[in-house]
Amino acid sequence: MAPPSDDLKLLGSWASSYTHRVQLALKLKGLAFEYAEEDLADKSPSLLLHNPVYKKVPVLLHRGRPVLESVIILHYLDETWPDVPLVPADPYDRALARFWCHFVDDKLGPAVGAVFASPSEGQAAAVEQVHENLRLVERELREGAFAGRRFFGGDKIGVLDIVLGCGSYWLAVFEDVMEVKLVDPEAFPLFHSWLRDFEEQEEVKAIIPAIDRLLEYARGVRQMMLGLSPQQQ
Amino acid sequence: MAARSKGVKLYGTSFNGHTSMVECALRLKGVAYEYVEEDRKNKSEALLKLNPVHKQVPVLVVDGKPIAESLIILQHIDDVWKDPPHLPEDPYKRAKVRFWADFVGKKVVPIMHTIVTLKGDEQKTAAEEFAGYLMTMEDGIREELWTGGPFVNGDNPGLLDVVMGSSYVWIKFIEAVAGVKLAKREETPLLCSFMEAFVELDAVKELMTPPEVLLQSRGNPGAKPTATSGD
Repeated sequence: MAPPSDDLKLLGSWASSYTHRVQLALKLKGLAFEYAEEDLADKSPSLLLHNPVYKKVPVLLHRGRPVLESVIILHYLDETWPDVPLVPADPYDRALARFWCHFVDDKLGPAVGAVFASPSEGQAAAVEQVHENLRLVERELREGAFAGRRFFGGDKIGVLDIVLGCGSYWLAVFEDVMEVKLVDPEAFPLFHSWLRDFEEQEEVKAIIPAIDRLLEYARGVRQMMLGLSPQQQ
Repeated sequence: MAARSKGVKLYGTSFNGHTSMVECALRLKGVAYEYVEEDRKNKSEALLKLNPVHKQVPVLVVDGKPIAESLIILQHIDDVWKDPPHLPEDPYKRAKVRFWADFVGKKVVPIMHTIVTLKGDEQKTAAEEFAGYLMTMEDGIREELWTGGPFVNGDNPGLLDVVMGSSYVWIKFIEAVAGVKLAKREETPLLCSFMEAFVELDAVKELMTPPEVLLQSRGNPGAKPTATSGD
């Protein structure tokens, strides 16, 4: 019998896609929780106590005990509250989902971040790296194990949708701020339509911050990175 | 010696830490498998087809379906062959095992690559960083998982024992190459004890290549070994 979720607390940050992953999972599973916003420039004693190794969000506290790392948290949620499963039941599907989640965190995510962080000379190379990674995802959607599915999880959103989806909104933000084309619908038709379907889910719309807020945030960070003074809000 | 069977096939490379991790897991579970040796410098068409994303070993193929990335393969092995279990039943403890396995991948493995490429003070600093990671793991395992041993998983080895235990020979190899002590019993007694217990297990003993042989296989100690990469 699943335990009541009357002692769940999430330490997170409003612009952190890793935090959004957990918030979305909790929403999809219908689990109530307390949320505490962390100021990443001034981390709380609680965060430092519960995640001394990385000192990062998200941290899920269940009955006061910390669960760390977003993908590990998603597995924990599934194993503790099996209703509305996010991780595939079939071992091979599960391994594939884990493989691509790792690809997102290890390859695609950093490549997208590099576009944002690169000076103008390095941009073309950084953009090409993103495209290379997106091509791999596109191919998987077209010919691989996920071919024909609406979502990576099947008819419903699963762990890989959550991991890839929460973060893909940065693509549109960076396209605007950096004035580059990252997801051409003609070059990546399946990825593009998957992302559109993902972002139209009610639960997703409730979690992801408004694009204006993300744009403002990204512009501010970019200006600071370029050494200019941030605009007054 | 594990019987060979066509249902399970492992593509790997000799003297490769990620490959030996997976082989250890298969042997501990008593899974019969066929082993295919890949030439790191001349990868087969089969491997490139099975792992087009990373083009690396190890790749485990189960009933024609390929899985890549050693930590993902280890979890898959546990999902398919449930007995004996390599992960705890309790979800919170499972999350801790996953956390530390992930920590090894994020922190321990990269520094092991780096140490052997550095010299002098830089190498000393990297060795200290590595020792620091081991101490962090020691504390975490003691607080969150240890139930008296001999293994992290208890009486029988589990995922973390496989990951760290199979890396023990590589730690010794790096100690020999770099001339530094990395795993110190006085600093990390639990880690040392379960790693030493692991390499003595009958099921995996023959896979635990002695450091001297690793040194020979990599040519001069000063040369850059790809000690723990999947490649």
